[in-house]
Amino acid sequence: MTLSTPFSSKVSYSFSWVGMVGLAIIVFWAVIALAAPHIIPYPIGEIVDEDYFGPMSSKLLLGSDYLGRDMLSRLMMGARYTVGISLAAVCIACFTGTALGMAAAVIGGWFDTILSRFLDALNSIPSKLSGLVVAAAIGSSINVLIVMLAVIYTPGAYRFARALAVNVNTMDYITVARTRGESILYIIFSEILPNIIGPLLADFGIRFVFITLLLSGLSFLGLGVQPPYADWGALVHENISGLPFGAPAVIVPSLAIASLTISVNLLIDNLPKKIRDRSA
Amino acid sequence: MRTFVLNLIAHRLLIAGLTLLIVSFAVFFATAMLPGDTASILLGQAATPEAVAGLRAAMHLDEPAVFRFFRWLAGLARGDLGTSYVNNVAVADLIGGRFVNTMRLAGITTLIAVPVALTLGITSAMFRGSIYDRIVTILTIGVISVPEFMIATSAVLVFSVYLKWLPALSFANEVTSFWQVLKVYAMPVITLAFVVSAQMIRMTRAAVIDTINTPYLEAALLKGASRPRAVLYHALPNAVGPIANAIALSLSYLVGGVIIVETIFNYPGVAKLMVDGVSTRDLPLIQSCAIIFCIGYLALITLADIVAILANPRLR
Repeated sequence: MTLSTPFSSKVSYSFSWVGMVGLAIIVFWAVIALAAPHIIPYPIGEIVDEDYFGPMSSKLLLGSDYLGRDMLSRLMMGARYTVGISLAAVCIACFTGTALGMAAAVIGGWFDTILSRFLDALNSIPSKLSGLVVAAAIGSSINVLIVMLAVIYTPGAYRFARALAVNVNTMDYITVARTRGESILYIIFSEILPNIIGPLLADFGIRFVFITLLLSGLSFLGLGVQPPYADWGALVHENISGLPFGAPAVIVPSLAIASLTISVNLLIDNLPKKIRDRSA
Repeated sequence: MRTFVLNLIAHRLLIAGLTLLIVSFAVFFATAMLPGDTASILLGQAATPEAVAGLRAAMHLDEPAVFRFFRWLAGLARGDLGTSYVNNVAVADLIGGRFVNTMRLAGITTLIAVPVALTLGITSAMFRGSIYDRIVTILTIGVISVPEFMIATSAVLVFSVYLKWLPALSFANEVTSFWQVLKVYAMPVITLAFVVSAQMIRMTRAAVIDTINTPYLEAALLKGASRPRAVLYHALPNAVGPIANAIALSLSYLVGGVIIVETIFNYPGVAKLMVDGVSTRDLPLIQSCAIIFCIGYLALITLADIVAILANPRLR
């Protein structure tokens, strides 16, 4: 490795406290999402408050929604849909995008040109618009949502991975591997992938935020997750009539989305440099 | 050298045209190829097979999809957007007035957001590292990382629930005085301006900082120029290209923002029309609106590219 002063080695391995806070909030929501069915205080469909848009109280910690159902329980179950759908979609998008991007960089030629042109064109459809068109055409079951979100964000992941892989592809050790007669798959997964994995992970996080925002936006329009299920965007959508009274049922799910997306951003911005810029 | 630049621009326009073709192809096939026979949906369950077959023939649904695509494309080029499935009105008539409304909303937002964002972006780059810069940066990251509807609902909470200055979530049709116009447009414009400016501030700040990190700016500082003078007289002229590029790129966020804002504030624009069209599955309407938004988005992105080419003195 290069010369390392005591200062730089300390900085590069330690997490800043801001990053730790981000990580803590992400872990918190992940635990809630996993444990939700066992820890919710009331069944999510049960009407427990005779008043609708009830305020926060010791019985209903986050108040009640437009039908008088417990908001805390609905929020906890909503975490499953928001986090689960976004995570599934981002995994598919990043896997497909990265695999295609690395393949395009290594194979090059016509394969690269046509794929890049096509995916760039898909990238110039505004994401919300694709969401609306798909929702209109095939509706929005949870499986459709996952595939749709993954398809919308694959071109971006492809572009990012391809740009990184093109740089690595010019290195001498790739030429050596080629002359040695290694297969394309070997070059992609054993020579290129390990060298770009750090920035790819950061990109994974950013794309997770984009997907969460798009999913929430679609659900807010009433075109995302459909009742009886409700993610956080759908919770805002169904309780929007409580907005003029400043009901917690509208504010709390919005804050939940913001806390998740901002935490992911904070975590990525404060990742140790060793992980983030490993290819540099 | 001039022809070289012209060639570059022509190439960009060609790519934009090609992209538009692929995009319209994608939009058409996403809506036309997917399950559900339009004719039988339109006629309902009680329809006789003959009636369905007749309607299919009348709507050219029995032709191969590729033919229908080119027929649709030729219609678009002539300005014939087709007929709405739901109320049998020409889509062009449905969109007409609403298009003006949406453009007005976007125009007012641009007029407000651009000067504010440029001022904030340039000054925060000028005083990089100061408390002021940090506050601006944290706020922009905050706005970028939350969904648009949250900015809209926060604006409603602040301005109409707590301060009671503006009406909540209503769009009055009877607008008589200038004061009312102001009240009606205030909330949608504030929301959109936040969404667009946050991106613009970030990109402008980055563009100016890029120029500040150059040797000639260091020289300007060494000869004794103050920091504001060095930035305004020495750095800014060289950052004009990237900044113009940043403006055009951030304005493309209007496309996504306007969909949420028109829905939440019940604003009579194209985006609201499209969202309503989605709930009634009015495919011709959705296709036309989608193409309009794609053209707007593509135009802004291509504009950003062309500005970047024109502003680069090495290419001139």
